[in-house]
Amino acid sequence: MKVWLSQDAAARALGADRVAKAMADAGVTPVRTGSRGMVWLEPMAEIEIDGVRHAFGPLEAGDVAGLLADPATHPRALGPTEELPWMKGQARLTFARVGVTDPLSLEDYRAHGGLEGLEKAQAMAPADVVEEVTQSGLRGRGGAGFPTGIKWKTVLGAEGPKKYIVCNADEGDSGSFADRMLMEGDPLCLIEGMAIAAHAVGADKGYVYIRSEYPDAIRVMAAAAGIWRRAGLTPGFDVEIRVGAGAYICGEETSLLNSLEGRRGVVRAKPPLPALQGLFGRPTVVNNVISLASVPVIMAKGAAHYRDFGLGRSRGTIPLQIAGNVKYAGLYEVAFGLTLDEIVNDIGGGTASGRPVRAVQVGGPLGAYLPQSQFDTPFGYEEYDAKGALIGHAGIVVFDDTVDMAAQAEFAMEFCAIESCGKCTPCRVGAVRGVETIARIRKGDGTAKPLITDLAETMREGSLCALGGFTPFPVISAMTHFPEDFETAEAAQ
Amino acid sequence: MTSQPGQLSPRLDEIIAEHLALEGPLLPVLHAVQAEWGHVPEEALPVIAAALNIGKAEIHGVVSFYHDFRRQPRPAHVVRICRAESCQAQGGRALESEVKGRLAGRADVLFEDVYCLGLCACSPAAMVDGELVGRAAADAICERVGA
Repeated sequence: MKVWLSQDAAARALGADRVAKAMADAGVTPVRTGSRGMVWLEPMAEIEIDGVRHAFGPLEAGDVAGLLADPATHPRALGPTEELPWMKGQARLTFARVGVTDPLSLEDYRAHGGLEGLEKAQAMAPADVVEEVTQSGLRGRGGAGFPTGIKWKTVLGAEGPKKYIVCNADEGDSGSFADRMLMEGDPLCLIEGMAIAAHAVGADKGYVYIRSEYPDAIRVMAAAAGIWRRAGLTPGFDVEIRVGAGAYICGEETSLLNSLEGRRGVVRAKPPLPALQGLFGRPTVVNNVISLASVPVIMAKGAAHYRDFGLGRSRGTIPLQIAGNVKYAGLYEVAFGLTLDEIVNDIGGGTASGRPVRAVQVGGPLGAYLPQSQFDTPFGYEEYDAKGALIGHAGIVVFDDTVDMAAQAEFAMEFCAIESCGKCTPCRVGAVRGVETIARIRKGDGTAKPLITDLAETMREGSLCALGGFTPFPVISAMTHFPEDFETAEAAQ
Repeated sequence: MTSQPGQLSPRLDEIIAEHLALEGPLLPVLHAVQAEWGHVPEEALPVIAAALNIGKAEIHGVVSFYHDFRRQPRPAHVVRICRAESCQAQGGRALESEVKGRLAGRADVLFEDVYCLGLCACSPAAMVDGELVGRAAADAICERVGA
């Protein structure tokens, strides 16, 4: 009997290891995979029936005996995995292997299309690889949305005896877990993407900087880097795993570079661009996990194939991460362009609590809170920007009607105050004043409202990086779209 | 934790030697020190600074910048309940206050703030002594620390 069982951190946090042990006790050793992304069904196992993988979940250890004895009629049977509505609606390009293969089997990786992109790239001139990535329309998936090919072109053109590829895996945005799932479920894909980048720009060393809150991803990536090295796949390019130390700001690329160098994770002023003077002052590609992990499929299938997905200037696919108070939470990779209504209500099934959806925060702690009236916004960089919002890392956090939006606004300032690196005044001081001022509003002092508007403008215009610069998004969107939560406080005086 | 603070040598020298060839070795060294002793002992800092040829002020600056590095010995249990938005949407704030209330007075339990464990699709989330807990309930967290 062929059995697969997720060992994604979310599956393990929900008891997957107990299920694995029960299987082992029954004499069955499951192939441990990443997660298919249907987290409400975790721990989820798959069993091959007549050559087709069938899904079962959510499982407990007590289900295992009955499941192995007679899978077809088990109450947790969900049917063929690929036929489930959640799977059928997706366009899994970047996450094609996640949940399917053994993450640390090079053989499995090759059998499912791995290394095709690298082999194709290695047969091409570096400038042609850069051009292919540019033509694909791929933009930075970490949130900034900068065209990946353009960044690579700058590094390719930079002179220097040494260049670096740095993967930003400091995924700190609440509601985001795509980087973690990719690293745990298909780590070789990320390394392949980095190797293609290295060939394209002439780098010989790569670092993956992973946040310390992701122990599973760190372990899997370190193992994968060893497998890659021992297989001798890219003798001129080596990848090393580095671990962050609990600072959200290190997701900002220049802070990350300082942290890698062994310094305080303080933001650097730009210019110079990291592409020209990055790690240890050398030309450096800094890309997010999903950006780099999307490169192998772009090279394998061609830029046009990737570019044909999406809308406007948002090309290709985006792994939506649906989270918070939502019935069906998980990862859903799809072409850009879905409306928030489709994402939250059709795919996510509405709230888990069964109460009405009130607000959805898109793009992490620096992202705006969107009200129902904006649920028709198509998912794309420019489309969100036009609404005073951002897609960020495509984390989508759903709140029901019990949420206090004034408390959420205060939290946004509090988070900025805690995580500010302290380099620039608008962020370091502004966030502290912001917490105090929103607290005043919540206690009923309506005269503090204009101060917040003014402070937000100062932070937005005057901060060195996105932490101070974007904290106004959640604050101002909460005040604009949910004024009753701020007025209620005033009336209560 | 395999050795007691106060007996940093020769283990500390070994840790430094293991990492000295890395580019930017300071964070890997500090992580290894914390893995060894459960915190970063004050008396380790001048030794590391000398080995890496950096100043005492610089190493103090780095250790104090990052939330992860503990300056005091860690007690038996470390409980981290996610405080970020996705977990807030699923009752994370109430969970945190309930657990803190139930474990009040337990000197062997250290609460550390954490903002996102990447388990946002099974919020609220927690990490207890390094083990992740999804859809965390107060009972499940308290049980793990023997309460």
